[in-house]
Amino acid sequence: MSRESQIGVAIVLLLLSGLLLRAALADQPWGVVTVLPVENDPAEAVREVSPETPGVQVSVARTTGLWLAAFFTLACYSYLYKDNPAYKLTESIIVGVSAGYWLTASFWDVIVGKALARLMPEQMRAWALPNLDPADPDFLTLVPLTLGALLFARLIPGGAWLARWPLALIVGTTAGLKLVLYLDGDFVSQIRNTILPLVVFNDNAFDLDGSARNILLVTSVLCCLTYFYFSVEHRGAVGRVSRCGIWVLMITFGSSFAFTVMGRITLLTMRLEFLFRDWLGLLPPNVS
Amino acid sequence: MQRIIPMLLTSIVGVIAIASYFVPVAQPFQDRVEEWFLIVAAIAMVLGAASLLLHHLKAISNQEAGWGYSAVTVAALVITTTVGLLKLGAPPDLKHPELAWSGSYLAEGGGAWWIYTYVMSPIVATMFSLLAFYVASAAFRAFRARNFEAMLLLGTALIVLLGRTSDGTWLTSGVPADYPLATIPGLNVLIMSVFNTAGQRAIMIGIALGVAATSLRILLGLDRSYLGGD
Repeated sequence: MSRESQIGVAIVLLLLSGLLLRAALADQPWGVVTVLPVENDPAEAVREVSPETPGVQVSVARTTGLWLAAFFTLACYSYLYKDNPAYKLTESIIVGVSAGYWLTASFWDVIVGKALARLMPEQMRAWALPNLDPADPDFLTLVPLTLGALLFARLIPGGAWLARWPLALIVGTTAGLKLVLYLDGDFVSQIRNTILPLVVFNDNAFDLDGSARNILLVTSVLCCLTYFYFSVEHRGAVGRVSRCGIWVLMITFGSSFAFTVMGRITLLTMRLEFLFRDWLGLLPPNVS
Repeated sequence: MQRIIPMLLTSIVGVIAIASYFVPVAQPFQDRVEEWFLIVAAIAMVLGAASLLLHHLKAISNQEAGWGYSAVTVAALVITTTVGLLKLGAPPDLKHPELAWSGSYLAEGGGAWWIYTYVMSPIVATMFSLLAFYVASAAFRAFRARNFEAMLLLGTALIVLLGRTSDGTWLTSGVPADYPLATIPGLNVLIMSVFNTAGQRAIMIGIALGVAATSLRILLGLDRSYLGGD
């Protein structure tokens, strides 16, 4: 057995020993999801409750899910040591599940919810969309459905050119919408927000702090924009201003990096909370 | 013809989308074009899943290296799609219990809900949380303060990280309240409200100009790369 395999087996044995120890020391059920049937409330059939609640039942489906989720979490973290079959298995599962999930969402939310609901409103009301308002069939919806079908021409030898038509619709719509959205939402509004008074008065009194902030803000934006302006060589005065722009951008990237780190660490603590609270029951439960 | 018609279609729908912002009469056209866009994009998802399936089936058929993982992917895709499309286990809509298909495919207790809650959500969250470790190790390698710019980036990151925790407040708790900029939380506020805002603004202005220029090139037919070769 290679050294890597020995380490792998040791980790698995350590985990199993930990679980056995946890089971031996536990004074209350753990690793199970308990539910309580809800009466007189059609919105939910069961509700997750703590194991101490009288009349609870163990939910086999949710308990299986809990253990699977714990396995997937540990399998993902096993990659921190090195690539291994458990991580690869999890990776393969998430690829398939994600594709299936987005396919399902697209089908029910858009193909049924928008296309078929417009094309065959009465049939959809009687089948899957009972809350749909009565309307006449809109046969123009056949246009995007036909264009969508043309996408599959890509799979036919010699028919790839037909797939350009739906692609043209997607690219044209995106280009048109984004052009105005970005110019209006980002370009114009950011310039408008940067046009600030450089001398600020508060209650007829000169506000040094506000003035300094505004001057610093406007100057910083101009320095950054100078750095992004490549039609002039960055030498002399332009070079010095653009260098200040680099400093402002470095500060921006530093704060973005800090936020990224904080976000990832929050996710990490949430996963650890899942393992130690929801799965192992080492922390007080937070279910009602 | 194979290239002219798609180019014309691109320009027409793009101009309609732009015109709808300025001409109220064109608004219904824009709504319709946007809906068409969503429908075509949804069908493109089906094509994407089909391509994934074909790719992995080919790997299994040829018994390529790691074909077992391809089989797992195919099984996961087929099971999720079947459960989701057939709404297996999903309860019907509360107001219409007589219609078996009327409930949401993601309703609690259903198969798709179970897959999302216990498979997809934990794996995605854990994979993103893995980045916490890699960000830390990457920072260690990249942030060796070799020059002034790197020190600025590292220093800002430290101040912002500390400024968002109680430790940052505690570290500079001895500083008189008259000098807020001498405290870590005060510096954090200055960085976020002035320098970060200025940098983000410049980046957003640059991105907006880039998007506008690229969109114009596409709508005017100057950029045809999206049409592919031949």
